[in-house]
Amino acid sequence: MVPGALVLMIVLWEGYKAIGPENGADVFGVRLIPRTSDRAMPHVVEMLRRFGRPEVGGGSSRTVFDAVFAATWYSFRVALLGLVLGVCFGLLIAMLMARFNLLRKGLMPYLIISQTVPLIALAPLTVSWGGRLKLGSFEWQKWMSAAMLSAFLAFFPVAVGAIRGFASPPAASLELMDSYAATWWQGFRKLRFPAALAYLMPAFKLAAAAAVVGVVVSEISIGLRFGIGRLILSYSQEATGDPAKVYTAVVGAAVLGLAMAALVSLVDRTLSKNRPAEAQA
Amino acid sequence: MKINRLSKGAVLLAVAGLAVAACGSDDTATPATTPTSGVAAAGCDASKAPATLTKVKLQLQWFTQAQFAGYFAAADQGCYAAEGLDVEIIEGGVEIVPQKQLADGQVDFALSWVPKALASREAGADIVDIAQIYQRSGTLQVSFKDKGIKTAADFKGKKIGNWGFGNEYEIFAALSKNGLDPATDVTLLAQQFDMAGLLSGDIDAAEAMTYNEYAQVLESKNEATGKLYTADDLNVVSYEAEGVGMLQDAIWADAKKLASDATYKETAVKFVKASIQGWIYCRDNAASCRDIVVAKGSKLGASHQLWQMNEVNKLVWPATGGIGVIDQAAWDRTAKIAQETKNLEGAAVLTKAPDAGAFTNDIVNEALQQLKDAGVDVTGSSFVPLTVELAEGGN
Repeated sequence: MVPGALVLMIVLWEGYKAIGPENGADVFGVRLIPRTSDRAMPHVVEMLRRFGRPEVGGGSSRTVFDAVFAATWYSFRVALLGLVLGVCFGLLIAMLMARFNLLRKGLMPYLIISQTVPLIALAPLTVSWGGRLKLGSFEWQKWMSAAMLSAFLAFFPVAVGAIRGFASPPAASLELMDSYAATWWQGFRKLRFPAALAYLMPAFKLAAAAAVVGVVVSEISIGLRFGIGRLILSYSQEATGDPAKVYTAVVGAAVLGLAMAALVSLVDRTLSKNRPAEAQA
Repeated sequence: MKINRLSKGAVLLAVAGLAVAACGSDDTATPATTPTSGVAAAGCDASKAPATLTKVKLQLQWFTQAQFAGYFAAADQGCYAAEGLDVEIIEGGVEIVPQKQLADGQVDFALSWVPKALASREAGADIVDIAQIYQRSGTLQVSFKDKGIKTAADFKGKKIGNWGFGNEYEIFAALSKNGLDPATDVTLLAQQFDMAGLLSGDIDAAEAMTYNEYAQVLESKNEATGKLYTADDLNVVSYEAEGVGMLQDAIWADAKKLASDATYKETAVKFVKASIQGWIYCRDNAASCRDIVVAKGSKLGASHQLWQMNEVNKLVWPATGGIGVIDQAAWDRTAKIAQETKNLEGAAVLTKAPDAGAFTNDIVNEALQQLKDAGVDVTGSSFVPLTVELAEGGN
């Protein structure tokens, strides 16, 4: 699937570049048809070649590939931490909401509001708050802000999915639990949580994507060094004279997203293997 | 079942463990306090440094580049250490506002353009300009020769690119000065932070800094000829020359602390003095300063950085009244434009004139006196800029 999609993308890119108008075209005075000049759309080959050349010319510097790889790896680790935190927090919130009726009714609007706060407004604030935080020798680092924002985006789909999932067992099953005099916790472990797995997996995938977006956007916003978002911004400043370079960083960001998705699929497969199918009466 | 549950747990644990372990290793940039070359070059003797250094944080406006070379040079050459300071230079980002970081107490000193800092000041940030490192404005409006835009008066009827976010006031001031109405006489276009719009012809005249975007054009190939663009292909309108230049990079300090905290004031003098030594070093050793900045992890190419260093030097030097001294006339002009020029939304940067507490020359004068006593040239009256050849892509 992945190689096929990749080939398709290259064919689309180069195909449009071949037939599209060099200078783009305006529709009702707005430029809607993009330019195909080498500056606007460098050849894929050119991007690949750029990977092999030094990042900074005029000296012995690492290649762009090494730079993009290192940045992607850095962002991957921050995004992963963000995802793990987000999943934990999302599950916790959903559990509390499943347990307490009052929370279920009262908390939802706040969850939704939380996602309407623009990330770029929040990012510098977390740096500022973090800067005031001092516990012994612990000092808040900028990457922690990025991981926090990543978690902030990632928790939402998990919470929403889990809330639906925890409420998904049919009334008959819940009543059966009651008839066993099961405690709420027993009911949660044996019935609600397993039932929620089918809802959680798609939620995890959304969360993985959100975690990546969170890291990349906050890197750009707060100027966090080392990550792929920062690299995209740095390289895009050189886009005038070196247009292929910025696309190498974009490829890195795409690989980051794919790697996160692959990881979630792996977890999914492990969890769903031998998942007992419900016996049909 | 048991095995299955175990393996589930193992995967989840592994994932969590990886994430935590991954972020445990932190590779934050460490400030350089050890000089890489001899003592003599910048005249800073780090061996005189006291055993315990005072920690100081400086917030930059953007990523590491030659625009901030003086500070990196001061750190690299041991100037900060010689003054007993351990300076951490903090990079900026898209949403990081240096003067807000300063007002929030996150950093000890911040760099900012004067109009932007004055706007924050009016909004309540208690900050003060203690050293005006850049003596002139480096903002240009660049166009191709065939558009015939030689002065701001030629903007009439043209598509004028601008960055917005408070970077557009010099353009508006130049338009007003030439009797042009920004709303009807020109087409104002939002411009990206690269020069693609100019090269593709979407913009007739693009906003550019002498030390960055202008160089980007000269590093690009003319697709028609296959050669790099040259200065002969371009017309340049300089806002400084148009008489509407606004003061740019300055060192800002916490006004309240400066008034009440004698130690902070002492630190400010030391910091300004050492920073000035860094800028003097860069005036006399542009190539070496370029190398310092490149070594600090700048992503821009070597010829681009040398160009930037050289152009920045032109904005700093010569400094008639001494580097860092705030010139009352330039200050008043900046404040006047900031109050009187309205952008398309009808907003001016400032609603009233900044009060006398917005800048002080006390700190910089004290620093300059110490340097003058040591026989250092702080005006750079004999400064001659280099001629820098730009290579493709700035490499």
